[in-house]
Amino acid sequence: MTAIDTFRQETREWLETNCPASMREPVRSFEDYYMGGRNPEIAHPDQKSWCDRMAERGWTVPHWPKAYGGGGLAGEELRVLREEMARINARKPLDSFGISMLGPALLQFGTEEQKREHLPPICRGEIRWCQGYSEPGAGSDLASLQTRAEDQGDHYLINGQKVWTSYADKADWIFCLVRTDNSGPKHEGISFLLFDMDQPGVTTRPIRLISGASPFCETFFDDARAEKRNLVGEVGKGWTIAKYLLTHEREMISGFGAATGRPLGEQALEFIGADSDGRLASSSLRQAIAQYQLDAHCFARTMARAGDEVKAGQGLGAASSMFKYYGTELNKRRNELNLAVGGEPALGWDGDVYHGGQTARAWLRSKGNSIEGGTSEVQLNIVAKRVLGLPDA
Amino acid sequence: MTLVLNEEQLMLRDAAAGFLGDRATVAHLRALRDRDDEVGYEPAVWREMAGMGWTGIAIGEQYGGLGYGYTGLGVVLEQAGRHLSPSPLQAAVLVGATVITELASGAQKEQWLPAIAAGERIVTLALQERRHHAPLQTAMKATRVGDHYVLDGSKCLVLDAHVADAFIVVARLDGHHADHHGLSAFLVEAGSEGLQIERRSVVDSRNAGALILRDVQVPEACCLGAPGEAWPGLERALDMINIGLAAELLGLATEAFERTVAYLQERKQFGRVIGSFQGLQHRAAVLFAELELARSVVLDGLRAIDAGEELPLRASAAKAKLCQVAELATNEGIQLHGGIGMTDEYDIGFFIKRARVLQHLYGDSHYHLDRFAALSGF
Repeated sequence: MTAIDTFRQETREWLETNCPASMREPVRSFEDYYMGGRNPEIAHPDQKSWCDRMAERGWTVPHWPKAYGGGGLAGEELRVLREEMARINARKPLDSFGISMLGPALLQFGTEEQKREHLPPICRGEIRWCQGYSEPGAGSDLASLQTRAEDQGDHYLINGQKVWTSYADKADWIFCLVRTDNSGPKHEGISFLLFDMDQPGVTTRPIRLISGASPFCETFFDDARAEKRNLVGEVGKGWTIAKYLLTHEREMISGFGAATGRPLGEQALEFIGADSDGRLASSSLRQAIAQYQLDAHCFARTMARAGDEVKAGQGLGAASSMFKYYGTELNKRRNELNLAVGGEPALGWDGDVYHGGQTARAWLRSKGNSIEGGTSEVQLNIVAKRVLGLPDA
Repeated sequence: MTLVLNEEQLMLRDAAAGFLGDRATVAHLRALRDRDDEVGYEPAVWREMAGMGWTGIAIGEQYGGLGYGYTGLGVVLEQAGRHLSPSPLQAAVLVGATVITELASGAQKEQWLPAIAAGERIVTLALQERRHHAPLQTAMKATRVGDHYVLDGSKCLVLDAHVADAFIVVARLDGHHADHHGLSAFLVEAGSEGLQIERRSVVDSRNAGALILRDVQVPEACCLGAPGEAWPGLERALDMINIGLAAELLGLATEAFERTVAYLQERKQFGRVIGSFQGLQHRAAVLFAELELARSVVLDGLRAIDAGEELPLRASAAKAKLCQVAELATNEGIQLHGGIGMTDEYDIGFFIKRARVLQHLYGDSHYHLDRFAALSGF
């Protein structure tokens, strides 16, 4: 038996023994994702034990180095673990911004000490992170941010306001863009700081969205304190890290464009009916759905091609903006069509008869996809300038 | 198989770009048009293409081809689309050889494929009869008389008709109008009695013509495959052909786009290059995104042919998307070039003209979007 076969067999046996039956059920709602933290939100008691068991083996983040709490897996072994988890429909034990965003940035830009301090608690699901980027006066023009960090010797004092901070009210720590220098060009003088949210100088206030949900907060800093050792990268060079993270975020959001669930055409046929040739009775809606499904088909092929290109050693680069733009616009189109196909029940807002208004709420939420993580217009600016080489105005 | 070209395919692409960019360019097409050339392409260039093996690029090695598959052919067609290279590559290699490969018996393949692969003979498809692509509505009549067939009817938009050595004529042998059953394909030699070939002048300045068949007698051995059962093979061949045409449209649209972006970087108005205006930058960036999707769906189609996978949905997706993207790229090409884009002297007009002919051939975006929806079950 080869080493990889042995690994597969052991992995299979371990997962069989340790993955609770409840964690092999499909994810049905947002609460089914376990985000960890000091005061974790627990929809099912098995979520925490499943996370703990996986974390012990480093398998909450199997591709990170073992020294930082990861599994140290790469190539074949990583693939086998994913296949074996998929085989029994095992849920991901832990989802968090620590894993998807801060971790990659620390691995790239952090000091050894920072990695050893912050990565293991992310792997164990002990600390939940949030991202302090946008401000009331710094949206698309993110680099004009004004939250100040004053040098106090061994620490910084932070004053200012962030907005659109995802789950700030549930997070333990924040990775935050602050201005340490106001004298030069706006892209310089920005620093990347980490600090604890559990302190008197930090307050959060959830923002109610048009969808009724409140996934984002306003976050206020009034003499909040950050230790100097928690400055990532050089002082005033935080914009490089910010851009690196934005690329990650865009790739994540563009994944929304990948069609999931039941094909729209099939649903429409059930709700609206067919003509004598078996075609959807509304020819205009049929065309709109066909165009959406055609574009979604082409987008999925493009995601697959990008994967093949990365494997072949060709980078994605500024084209991540293209994916963010197209994926989010597609998702908005899909949600618009969901409403058209769904009819009256899709307009429902509350109550069991309307499934809690999930179609309408998802439709409203999708409007934010082409705004968050850089608007569609900003993505098109990036493609025009960095890919096509068109000059600044 | 992945959606990335391999070493061999990359070399082929570079070779095709080099050769066509030198010997078969828009300037050559313009010269052929301006002198009303009788042949419509440069026979010497065509012989060189045959010498490099391109005439047999997707034909199997047992029939004297290179066996590079349709991804290989697609790579060359994309470059032909970039340069608007005039040659019988589409008619003979993509269309003719594909239909024979999918429909013919072993003996018929032995007879025709090596000659096509060597570039010695041009066999083209005579399918369309009326305004639009509607293969099941074929009205050309085939009648069995003794040991031969008699064909009656007319065809249009036959690529390279006036220089072809033979035609694959699709006709209805029996069955009702629009039936899958009853369609047959016959190989008809150019010199056949009762066959009239008329060269037509089409907007792209490339070769196309019409056929009139009056009591044309065709020997029994010239019926491709089983009599009356041509549809499954023809449908598959048309899927392969449409994916190939999508590859040509990809090259055409990409070239039109790149020429347009270059113009945005050089043309000055209001004291600055017009490419610095955000209104134009966004239109270029949207087009870039559409072209990325277009490339993926073409590569996926070509790969699927070579992997022997199901084609109908992929082929209609590729053709529908590429028709739309090429239409957008050429329309934006004219508009963003402004007044100069309207002049015959400037090349961008050649791209929009060729695009519309390629779009129309074997079903446009409307035809294929409709088929895509039907194949998706609604």
